[in-house]
Amino acid sequence: MRLDILNRGYSPGTKLLFALIRAFSGYPVPDAAKLVFYRPGFYGAWAKKLTHEAMRGPSAWSVADRELMAAYVSKVNECAFCVGAHTATAGQAYQDGAKVRAVLADLDSAPVEDGLRATLRMLGKLTRDGKIGAEDMREVLSAGVSHQQVEDALAVCAAFNTTDRLADAFGFQLLSPEGFEAGAKYLLKRGYR
Amino acid sequence: MRADCQGSEEAEGDVPDEDKKRAAHQALVDHVLTGAGSATPEQRARAFSNADVPPSLQTLIGNVATRPAQVTDADFAAAKGSGFSEDQLFELVICAAVGASARLYEAGLAALADATVSKEAGNAT
Repeated sequence: MRLDILNRGYSPGTKLLFALIRAFSGYPVPDAAKLVFYRPGFYGAWAKKLTHEAMRGPSAWSVADRELMAAYVSKVNECAFCVGAHTATAGQAYQDGAKVRAVLADLDSAPVEDGLRATLRMLGKLTRDGKIGAEDMREVLSAGVSHQQVEDALAVCAAFNTTDRLADAFGFQLLSPEGFEAGAKYLLKRGYR
Repeated sequence: MRADCQGSEEAEGDVPDEDKKRAAHQALVDHVLTGAGSATPEQRARAFSNADVPPSLQTLIGNVATRPAQVTDADFAAAKGSGFSEDQLFELVICAAVGASARLYEAGLAALADATVSKEAGNAT
């Protein structure tokens, strides 16, 4: 990563943990995971709590839908690491990688429900333009999405607009396809805590 | 999909779900702005707002906030060259990212509130 402290600035206990993870999983600890171990009281502990609540807390959206939102927001932000990670996670959660790839390739023609499509479109516009209007929200609500679901989607959007920025700013190293799939399996089993 | 997520939430009482998400977001904002760190609260607030940032940090902070995919090694080098430590840059980059996201979150929630109010007003007439 672009700051040496994020590559080497960990306590002996954390370094041992990273070594154990590498030994047991067969993959190095992803930079996304390393970042939250650096001075966790400043950022990591609070970011994990927000991300877990947004992605795994109670919601009428499925875990798969929320992972797809994370992948879609990351695509709009052109964040290759997060697109890779959450494309894999959404694909495993839906057990349908083709559906996720279709959404990222062309949202308008992808085989998803109208409410999810309208929500993704709104999240994309907000992320791209930095602003959104009541009319945009009315389109989402009229597609059958509840007020609470819009709030839940906005929490996913907030969490991943932060993560995407940090991935690109600090320069997270891309994983192999197998590495992203292994990470996805972990995220579906354990969440973001 | 609600049922599969509820187990761990029960111990946290009757806080509505949306408030838990917003509270978790607010806690992150509060800690990056005022938690223990190397950069001053004023420096962090400026990075968070992407406003009144010193010249040597403007490219880095501006890119993190608005064009994150275009951050380069040179952006960090410029900031380090003017005396910012790695820990300060760790904090200020995070503040810029959290700040930009917070503005999106607020804009989204405000638009949703507007849409809901106008919808209710429309239903009442």
